Amino acid sequence: MTQITPTTARPPAPDTLPTVEFAQERAARRRPAPLAWFRGDGPHILVFLIPLLFSFVLFSWRPIVDAAVMAFQQTNLVTPPEWVGLDNFATVLQDPLLGTAVLNTLYFAVLALLLGYPIPLVVAVLMSEVRRARGLFSALAYLPVVVPPVVSALLWKFFYDGSPNGVFNTILGWVGLGPVPWLSDPDWAMPSIVLFATWSAAGGTVIIYLAALVGVAPELYDAAEVDGAGVWRKVWHVTMPQLRGVLLVTFILQIIGTAQVFLEPFLLTGGGPANSTTTVLMLIYKYAFQSSMGGDYGAATALSIMLAVVLAVFSAIYFRITKSWSTT
Amino acid sequence: MRSSLTRGASAGLALLAAGALLAGCASGSGTDSSDGKTTITVAIDAGLEKEARANFDARVEAFEKANPDITVKAQEYTWTATTFTADLAGGTLPDVFTIPFTDGRGLIANKQIADISDLVAELPYAADFNPNVAQAGQSEDGSQWAVPIAAYGQAVHYNRSLFEAAGLDPDDPPTTWDGIREAAKKITDATGEAGYATMTSGNTGGWILTTLVNAFGGRTENADSTEPTIDSDPAVAEVLQYLHDLRWDDNSMGANFLYDWGTINQDFASGRIGMYVSGGGNYGNLVTQNALNPDDYGITVLPLHGDDPGVLGGGTLAAVSPKADDAAQAASVKWIDFYYLAKITDEDVAVETAKLAASLDQPVGAPELPIFNAEQFAEYQSWIAPYVNVPLDQMTPYTDNSGDQPLIAEPRTATQDVYALLDTVVQSVLTDQNADIDQLLADAQAQAEALYAKAK
Repeated sequence: MTQITPTTARPPAPDTLPTVEFAQERAARRRPAPLAWFRGDGPHILVFLIPLLFSFVLFSWRPIVDAAVMAFQQTNLVTPPEWVGLDNFATVLQDPLLGTAVLNTLYFAVLALLLGYPIPLVVAVLMSEVRRARGLFSALAYLPVVVPPVVSALLWKFFYDGSPNGVFNTILGWVGLGPVPWLSDPDWAMPSIVLFATWSAAGGTVIIYLAALVGVAPELYDAAEVDGAGVWRKVWHVTMPQLRGVLLVTFILQIIGTAQVFLEPFLLTGGGPANSTTTVLMLIYKYAFQSSMGGDYGAATALSIMLAVVLAVFSAIYFRITKSWSTT
Repeated sequence: MRSSLTRGASAGLALLAAGALLAGCASGSGTDSSDGKTTITVAIDAGLEKEARANFDARVEAFEKANPDITVKAQEYTWTATTFTADLAGGTLPDVFTIPFTDGRGLIANKQIADISDLVAELPYAADFNPNVAQAGQSEDGSQWAVPIAAYGQAVHYNRSLFEAAGLDPDDPPTTWDGIREAAKKITDATGEAGYATMTSGNTGGWILTTLVNAFGGRTENADSTEPTIDSDPAVAEVLQYLHDLRWDDNSMGANFLYDWGTINQDFASGRIGMYVSGGGNYGNLVTQNALNPDDYGITVLPLHGDDPGVLGGGTLAAVSPKADDAAQAASVKWIDFYYLAKITDEDVAVETAKLAASLDQPVGAPELPIFNAEQFAEYQSWIAPYVNVPLDQMTPYTDNSGDQPLIAEPRTATQDVYALLDTVVQSVLTDQNADIDQLLADAQAQAEALYAKAK
């Protein structure tokens, strides 16, 4: 009669098991054989990946590479291009209009930030307090975003008519305010454009904030109320800190978006009056397309590259600085 | 273990997708003479009415019958400055297309249209072109690279009903710039609309400024087109001061200072502008595209004063794509002769074209300038007289006097770029009451000099 003797010896380690199948399986785990990939999911991945890769390469990445190359060439797309090194960058940097464009873009960005950053937050906070018609308000807030930008721009251009019979001037006339020149005055043109841009883009941000607000734990609000906080103190001490991840991301997105503003000045004022609404993208368009004899594509792409680099550097700095505040 | 069938099918599908995407990148063929026939693509206006398209197809058939070795394919195409170079580089330009006068010399200098001058010289009327009109399509050495097919001169368009509302006689429009200023003031006072308006954006500001400068007896460049004279020619500052006074002293220019060619036509047609300066052939666009009431339309010549005034001219040229080979170029010139110029030189074609246009309610007989000479033009007008449907008697202030006015060609060097500079100047004067005209002109001159230096 044998007796199994408990032993304190450790069981043999698995990878010393001398089986052939185990060795094969281990090899397959470390270095999947190409044949296994082809036999497995490989071709299915290809089917989905290749069209996507092709469209990205063709329509996104290759044009970027082409533009980067064009920035160092003198080309009119017809005759063979010639390499001119950094001449295009020098031309752009020496253009007196560049300073104007950069200042105008900064002016637009600051105005858009002052107007367009807090307003969606306020609207979202107000909407989150409303219980019943929140869906309706969400739809109304998002409606301007749904209208095609060109359509709304042309509508607002009509509303912005500077004569006393213009739509906005008529409304202002009801409350006794004089006719405003809107787009026909260099001092009013940029604020008018910012007003339109904010109206048309705020809805998207409102929806994002609303979704984020819903995720704030109600216990925090209860705790704040217990401590005697009113509505605005609750917003400042509970809502904003809880939303800081979303706020940080929408801030950088807004900066990048406003730095590339083109549609609003292009449609509403064409860069005028007297270049007061010419932005960096308008300048790029002007370099490339405004001359009917084949524009200066080298200068246009050079300025595009410089803008992209500036925005990339700004984003990197921004994320470094806000790392401690972010929630990701 | 997947079946070999699905594996093979997946791989095949991937390859097919790749192949389909690649095939989409293949460019279409240009002209080919594979079977001895030359095929050319010719531009036609987009959105033609059925009858107009049928008429065009009939012309194509007649052309192909007369030229059995040529096949003509139509392509809807409108020349625009912003897409032209891309079209040319991408090979989507038709072999024959039309361009405005103002871009002719620039495209020729850049060799962006074909040199068909030898072929054009063989046409029977090659030497008969009005030299002022022909120069727009000529290279530096005078060879005709593009064929003029229509010409117009700048004019003052005015709204007859606004004139009447202001107590002015619509059959007796102003003949001096002071007269225009007075009339504008009266119109604004009586109706509240802009008495006089001007284009300022999309290079049209510089175009109209140059028009007025020429009418005031000045020029924006020197005689051999090597230097701009923006701050040295007194007429430029004079015109800007005139506009400044109309805007800020009389307040007769309305509230919109960002007009371009299309938007000023819109506002004029809707009765919001008393007078404005533009190309003489605008009647068609105003009536058919902007619903102007023909009874409201009036047109008169630009008032001229000063030492050496003239009227800025414009028009349309027919050009051939630089990608067309020799056979295609020869066929293209034949087509230009047959389709564009026969409408003017051949009585039967002229009558047929006029009849068709009249039946489609398109304007026939809108003011234009002779491409050849006054006699030929008078003959042409007698042919189409039965079909004229524009209010000719409302246009007599223009048609009676336009023949006497000297025609001036547009500035030759960096035309559009200088116009763009002058856009800013005009906009500044009209939107900033304290604009320093001399400083603005000095800045524009400096920038224009850089453009002229680059063009040398």
